[in-house]
Amino acid sequence: MATATTAGMSAGPKPASRSFSARLVHGDQVAHAITFVAAATILLITTMLVIVLWDNSTLPRAKFGLSFFIGRVWDPVSEQFGALPFVYGTLVTTAVSLVLGVPLGLGAAIFLAELAPPKISDMLAFVIELLAAVPSVIYGLLGIFVVVPFVRTTLAPALKHTLGFLPLFQGPCYGVSFLAAGLVLAIMIVPFIVSVSREVLLAVPTDQREAALALGSTRWESTWKVVVPFALPGVLGSVFLAMARALGETMAVTMVVGNVPQIKASLLEPGYSIAAVIANEFTEATGDIYLQALIELGLVLFLVTFILNGLARLMILFTSQRGATA
Amino acid sequence: MKRLVLVGSLCLGLALAAGAQSGTILMNGAGATFPYPIYSKWFDVYQQKHPNIQINYQSIGSGGGIRQVIAGTVDFGASDGPMKDQQIAEVKTGVLHFPTVLGSDVPTYNIPGVTAELNFTQAALAGIYLGKITKWNDPEITKPNPGVKLPADEIVVVHRSDGSGTTYIWVDFLCKVSEEWKTKVGRDTSVNWPTGLGGKGNEGVSGLVKQTPDAIGYVELIYALQNNLTYGKVQNKEGVFVRADLASVTAAASGAAKEMPADFRVSITNAPGKTAYPISSFTWLLIPTTIPDATKRNTLIDFLKWMLTDGQTYAAPLGYAPLPKEVVTQELKAINKIQ
Repeated sequence: MATATTAGMSAGPKPASRSFSARLVHGDQVAHAITFVAAATILLITTMLVIVLWDNSTLPRAKFGLSFFIGRVWDPVSEQFGALPFVYGTLVTTAVSLVLGVPLGLGAAIFLAELAPPKISDMLAFVIELLAAVPSVIYGLLGIFVVVPFVRTTLAPALKHTLGFLPLFQGPCYGVSFLAAGLVLAIMIVPFIVSVSREVLLAVPTDQREAALALGSTRWESTWKVVVPFALPGVLGSVFLAMARALGETMAVTMVVGNVPQIKASLLEPGYSIAAVIANEFTEATGDIYLQALIELGLVLFLVTFILNGLARLMILFTSQRGATA
Repeated sequence: MKRLVLVGSLCLGLALAAGAQSGTILMNGAGATFPYPIYSKWFDVYQQKHPNIQINYQSIGSGGGIRQVIAGTVDFGASDGPMKDQQIAEVKTGVLHFPTVLGSDVPTYNIPGVTAELNFTQAALAGIYLGKITKWNDPEITKPNPGVKLPADEIVVVHRSDGSGTTYIWVDFLCKVSEEWKTKVGRDTSVNWPTGLGGKGNEGVSGLVKQTPDAIGYVELIYALQNNLTYGKVQNKEGVFVRADLASVTAAASGAAKEMPADFRVSITNAPGKTAYPISSFTWLLIPTTIPDATKRNTLIDFLKWMLTDGQTYAAPLGYAPLPKEVVTQELKAINKIQ
């Protein structure tokens, strides 16, 4: 921020050839200022968000300290608060949604970008972008009326029958569960993955494909071994965008996850997520420390998102470097 | 914390200032969502009678209502649960509780093959929600229901996931009938549930109960009536199984009226009286004890008097149980405390 400002200021008197007004005519200075303000605003909003969350969670931070992260009890009556079951639920539902959503989304994007006739591709892309605009409460309703009964009556018994030896698929299932939440989230994030990935794949230069085909590779080989690796940083970007959406999703998750703050290995068990508990309990939280514990949960969610996005950045860096050296 | 209240009150203030006109008396209130339909009806009718008065009510939840009252950003608040002593101490102007109408919770269930109206003993409800009674054919449930064939299936317990006055009434009742509940769980708008799934709102709970075989949950009486849900009778303090309706809920309030504390902060769950429904509660308006602005003070006093007399007739059609006469008389006296 500081360097940008000094650069902007020193740019005025220094270059003798072009006066400030001359540059202004070209609009560079104006464009610089406007875009700089836009960028700075984003940073400012983020900083303010953290400050407000930090400022308004002093009581629980003083009382629980770091044990807030590992506490498993959430008891408003005795004012004992621990975030672990919520963090766990958030991570598990997000992971399930990515495991289901990424192959589906990437597959669809590859088909639309590489294999489908352009007309069909454009039409489907339009429909998919429409899906991304559907409010999450609608997905929640879909979850309640379709996904939850399906999980209870069909999917859970089938999973227990075939993969029941895994701890992931054991115990009774009431429908509302980590799995149901993951499924609904997967449906919600697929449009993001498809939409962005398709654009990125379409942006891969035709030369790349032609070169691969000229070397004797099949259509699929050129797609999978040349086009997709070329577009990988962008594709990963779409996945992380989807992950961020899944982490913060509130309404759809609380409608199907069961809202039980517990840590269970089985995906068929009900759970809870950070965003869901904040939305559920915030309005009626009367005690000061209770309210502030909910705000601290917001801080924790921010931290979780921050860490995961940081890891994502590293991953993109790693893959693009590998792509460059290969 | 202060900043949060400030931002909240700023938003509220801006929204309300926009609607204000010169010459009109503007009253701002905020709080409980459960009585919102009757409150908006009252304010609407009252405004028609007094065109120069405008009462705005934001149903932001009981917790929010109490916070706004403490911060002094509203003219009155509303809550489904009485304020705690410590919270009252924080209100500089002092605060009075005025019961307005009554609400109650009913147990709703979905047992395949059972259409009968079940009788629930107090021990049965406490046992189910503590996770100690796990099967529908437990003797505690079957004994008061002769002739009903209950399955040997696991009970799926459903409760509210969102903080709510409905939950407060339910767990307050469980606290009174079960010592174990009182020590292990306690009472609040949301608690650390020993068992069960959470549904968001009345619709979330009833949705889960309807969808899940062998489930039991609790919803507001109004919600159950409006949606024709099956719900059970509950054993009251005298041992009688009572069906929840407006009369039995009002009866609970008159049962409690005999020992009404001066500040009306009273729980009427498990109230005495043969016809009293045991899982009922008042909902309160929170009025500052001292209101320096004379016009506002007189307006509020006049509104309260109207609400307690003529206003009560609007309650029943909307599904709220009206206050019993004894309580109305006590409240009309208490209005004099407002200065």
